[in-house]
Amino acid sequence: MTKLMEWVLAAGALGAIWLALLTNTVENSLVKDHFKLLLLSPIIFVVLFGLFSLALVLYRVFTFNNCDEAAVELQKEILEAKEDLKRLGFKFKE
Amino acid sequence: MSSSSSNKYSILLPTYNEVQNLPIIIWLLVKHMNESGHPYEIIIIDDGSPDGTLEAAEQLQKIYGSDKILLRPREKKLGLGTAYIHGIKHATGNFIIIMDADLSHHPKFISEFIEKQKTGDYDVVTGTRYVGTGGVHGWDFKRKLVSRGANLLTQILLRPGVSDLTGSFRLYKKDVLETLIKSCVSKGYVFQMEMIIRAREKNYTIGEVPITFVDRVYGESKLGGSEIVQFALALLYMFATT
Ligand SMILES: Nc1nc2c(ncn2[C@@H]2O[C@H](COP(=O)(O)OP(=O)(O)OP(=O)(O)O)[C@@H](O)[C@H]2O)c(=O)[nH]1
Ligand SMILES: [Mg+2]
Repeated sequence: MTKLMEWVLAAGALGAIWLALLTNTVENSLVKDHFKLLLLSPIIFVVLFGLFSLALVLYRVFTFNNCDEAAVELQKEILEAKEDLKRLGFKFKE
Repeated sequence: MSSSSSNKYSILLPTYNEVQNLPIIIWLLVKHMNESGHPYEIIIIDDGSPDGTLEAAEQLQKIYGSDKILLRPREKKLGLGTAYIHGIKHATGNFIIIMDADLSHHPKFISEFIEKQKTGDYDVVTGTRYVGTGGVHGWDFKRKLVSRGANLLTQILLRPGVSDLTGSFRLYKKDVLETLIKSCVSKGYVFQMEMIIRAREKNYTIGEVPITFVDRVYGESKLGGSEIVQFALALLYMFATT
């Protein structure tokens, strides 16, 4: 099954439950009391999910390891390599 | 090292205009591979770079020997995917390591890849910039944002079980790499992502090793805005077909 199919199925299942509750196919007093909330729940869910994702991405951007030591070390190794290669007879292009 | 001594690692190094980077990366590779003691060969696939990369490669071959440094150049720039195929044909190792020649990928991690591979007999070991001690150097806020955003979107849509999909520092069993390349349709930058998704699809086992990625010091970067569009299209394609 493709990922697209999985999403369609999951959305379909959730949508069916939502519609059943909304149209009162399943008798439920809780639904009557919170009808508006239920009506808007898909939008609320999507918005919350979006906000959570945004926060997660920003958190990961700010905690992205900068590897400054690796860059410094590489610079040293470049110099070392150049010296050693010259010694071995490598002709660098100017 | 009794049972592992039969393993040989072929390092594929595709180059296009890397005349400044190539001698350094080769020097680092030879140093670290000799230290680790694993049998290896380095296959340089240059695509007719106008900057003299091939001449530099020839000099390096003289210095380090033609058993260690193999040159398999092609006439003109034909892209990374086919460069790997071309390289594999000439590889004598049972493991293939692919990496960039622009010093973004440090050879010191190769021995960690090899050790990781052995711990779980993994089919693929991939470097990851996104977990543990992994990271990037030289990226500004925007590039980090795009990278992290694209990564999260991919994780949500494809649930690949691998944290770094677009990285190109990896170790493969040779036959696994051959199979994967054959099953990949995309070209260019998104090719690496498809490779790892196909690996999952085929139930190959994948190990991860955190790597530090230092943005290229020398030479032109080939990353442009069209990459983002390419990536989005590839993501949708993978989403709908795998
Ligand atoms: N043989 C061959 N090598 C290539 C070709 N395109 C890129 N390369 C090499 O593949 C490696 C990765 O390419 P890069 O240009 O570094 O791509 P990138 O890492 O996505 O982007 P930047 O590092 O930002 O430029 C480097 O070693 C390049 O020299 C090609 O068409 N043929
Ligand atoms: Mg690069």
